[in-house]
Amino acid sequence: MRKRRNALFLWQGRQEEPPPNDHLMSEAKPCRLSVHGISKRFAGVTALDDVSLEFAAGEVHAVIGENGAGKSTLMKILAGVQPPSEGEVHLEGKRVSLDSVQVALHNGIALIHQELNLADNLPVGANIFLGREPTRFGKIDFKAIREQSKPFLKMVGLELDPDQPLGELAIGVKQLVEIAKALSTNASVIIMDEPTSSLSAREADRLMKVVEELRGRGVMVIYISHRLGEVQRLADRVSVLRDGKYVTTMNRESVNRDAMVRAMVGRDIETPPPRKRDASPVCFRVSEVVTPHPIHQREPISLNVAEGEIVAIAGLVGAGRSELLQTIFGITPKISGEIEIEGQKIAIETVRDAIEHRLALVPEDRKESGLVLAWGTKPNASLAALHQSQRRFGLLNFAVESKQSDEAITRMRIKTSSSTQPVETLSGGNQQKVVIGKWMATKPKVLMLDEPTRGVDVGAKQEIYDLIRELAESGAAILVVSSELEEVMLLGDRVIVMHEGKITGTLDRDEATEESIMHLATNSVGHASHDT
Amino acid sequence: MNSFKKIAGVAGLLLFTLILAATLSDSFLSSFNIENLIRRSSLIGILSIGVAFVIITGGIDLSIGSVVCLVGCLTPFLITKWEWHPALALAAMALLSLTIGLTHGLLITKLRLQPFIVTLCGLLIYRGITRGLVADQTQGFAGGFKGLRWVAKGQIDLPGLDFGLPVPAIVLVVLAAAAIYLLNYTVWGRYMMAIGQNEKAALYSGISTDRVTILAYVICSLIAGVGGVLYVFDFGSAQPVDFGNFFELYAIAGAVLGGCSLRGGEGTIIGVIIGAAVMQVLKNMITLVDFFSSSIEYAVIGVVILMGVMADEAIRRFASRK
Repeated sequence: MRKRRNALFLWQGRQEEPPPNDHLMSEAKPCRLSVHGISKRFAGVTALDDVSLEFAAGEVHAVIGENGAGKSTLMKILAGVQPPSEGEVHLEGKRVSLDSVQVALHNGIALIHQELNLADNLPVGANIFLGREPTRFGKIDFKAIREQSKPFLKMVGLELDPDQPLGELAIGVKQLVEIAKALSTNASVIIMDEPTSSLSAREADRLMKVVEELRGRGVMVIYISHRLGEVQRLADRVSVLRDGKYVTTMNRESVNRDAMVRAMVGRDIETPPPRKRDASPVCFRVSEVVTPHPIHQREPISLNVAEGEIVAIAGLVGAGRSELLQTIFGITPKISGEIEIEGQKIAIETVRDAIEHRLALVPEDRKESGLVLAWGTKPNASLAALHQSQRRFGLLNFAVESKQSDEAITRMRIKTSSSTQPVETLSGGNQQKVVIGKWMATKPKVLMLDEPTRGVDVGAKQEIYDLIRELAESGAAILVVSSELEEVMLLGDRVIVMHEGKITGTLDRDEATEESIMHLATNSVGHASHDT
Repeated sequence: MNSFKKIAGVAGLLLFTLILAATLSDSFLSSFNIENLIRRSSLIGILSIGVAFVIITGGIDLSIGSVVCLVGCLTPFLITKWEWHPALALAAMALLSLTIGLTHGLLITKLRLQPFIVTLCGLLIYRGITRGLVADQTQGFAGGFKGLRWVAKGQIDLPGLDFGLPVPAIVLVVLAAAAIYLLNYTVWGRYMMAIGQNEKAALYSGISTDRVTILAYVICSLIAGVGGVLYVFDFGSAQPVDFGNFFELYAIAGAVLGGCSLRGGEGTIIGVIIGAAVMQVLKNMITLVDFFSSSIEYAVIGVVILMGVMADEAIRRFASRK
């Protein structure tokens, strides 16, 4: 089966094998794509409900909506990943049935997944031609791969050696390689699902430039993002989905933040005024800590958080912020340095130690390290606190467990049919609330949150912010790592900026602007900053 | 809910094989055969409970049959040849199997070796050691030690029935109760389930994943040791070349039929015991029914397991499509 599929690819590869340089010059064939009355139902849940939408040739068309609005489902249908329950897809006015990813690719539609579909162990060039390797006498033609991948890399602004293993590249660069791969299939429609969600501001900027270039080349880009700033910058038109239904399409002129948010959530969302806070004693102190991560080897890190204070750590991806939190939390034990809570020096060798000293960490990747996806809210919410709530002989305390889960569900306003509904079926925002609820059950004095709103929709985001503020009000010391500048400025009473494993500056609330943070995050010289 | 369905499924399969066997063979329902069937099902069920713990944490233990062989040969060897007091010999065997499990656990967690490889090497090593120690000679009790062997050979007369309840069934019930308690009512069981589902999330939740994983391997080997003792008590002697051969595969197959996922994090003790019973009924049926040549025993068992797993998958797909 596998062999046959490869053979098909090879055949296709030969069919459309223009001399690569010519192809670089040529413009993509503009094409028109539309969906008519598309519905998709899974196990009784309607993910898409009678959606009709038209994408014009060569435009950047953003599709926005809260999590669970049906964006990703619609894109999967367009890319042939899953068939619609009802409705039709038209390409150039003709009905097409996109039964598989291969068929969609053949029709020039390529999807770039949220989770990258690349093989880290293979070189860049081999990734671009994965499954469509050019051959000579039945043997993979490595020279051709090398030669033919270069122009596609160039199209996305990369001057890479195609022989470099992909695993060595930063995630932002991998994303660009994925786009190059899509271009190499001769795609005239490229769908990008949250392409910047794990990129730093600079990488995201680079990606958006590539998107603009693609438009110039006549490629249609369907762009899914929660980052409304990006949508505003890129999109010619913006379509909004809500609860699986089509809401509206806005033209470039009428696109603004408030209008988009209103269409997405169906109501207005206010930004609360900045919090007023009186000086309070230091609750949590990290002194001269060196983590085992290579980026931190050069300089030890010191920082402190007062009772009731929210300190945001800004920086580019790869600045070593998550690694710092993981070391504080005992996942990768520190090499040297000291950690104090309320003036008491504490030893943290394991995560258990950290929890016993009332530390909590909401990790960066909730699916991978935050949740047991097949379990319901109840066992997830109680998992970190089981050790504290257990009775004699390690007996589970079912009463406490139920209480913890009920508390989490009401306090975090988790939308779930019951405390046993598997969390994998919840939306990203609700999943994140379960993770936060799990740590609330341990009654932390120091709460660390790593990218707390990644992949979370606007409404839930606001709720998570409110919750973090509420916890700070009740006296917890809070440390938030975020790559979204907006979030950093909104939440942080103080902003610590890191660059390549070092703290490059600390900004008070009124000093923290997008500009001042970016200067420190990229460590550009000539900017006023005071050291910690 | 889901686990209830799985138990119902495998119970249905057991019922089906029972009816099939009773229809095909007249002697299947004889009291002698039923008694024997319960005894053997209990023994394989005990082994399955052990391996279930390992499978639930996402691991595998291929060494069970060889541990059965090692313990099964050494027990009569120590008692008859070296004339150890039986209590001392049994204590030594418990310590031995515990050490084996601990070693597996340490190699898998601290050295990060793959469970498949570690326990595959165990499978080879323990059988090799046994054969070397006793020079391939059959070890047995020569008809003695009747009192001791009662735990495996004995039966308790049931009033009103013409057959007795084999003692291993009682051992099984006791072990199963302990296992259910550990798995469903203690933090340790919850931790094993969490590790099997998502080891990283377990680690981030403050669970000492290494310690819990080691515990699972210790339980598995310890129970394999118990199985080894019971088997040799039942048979009366053990030939190191083939004693316990394939037992690990029967135990694993029983656990999987009973609802354990080899991906970890799923499974119930009740299901596993029923799954093990299905295996034993099949074996029994092939022996009794002339229609099946006993040479094709493995093929029949393989086909039935495959059908069971396929039916499970088909039902799952059907349920998710609705």
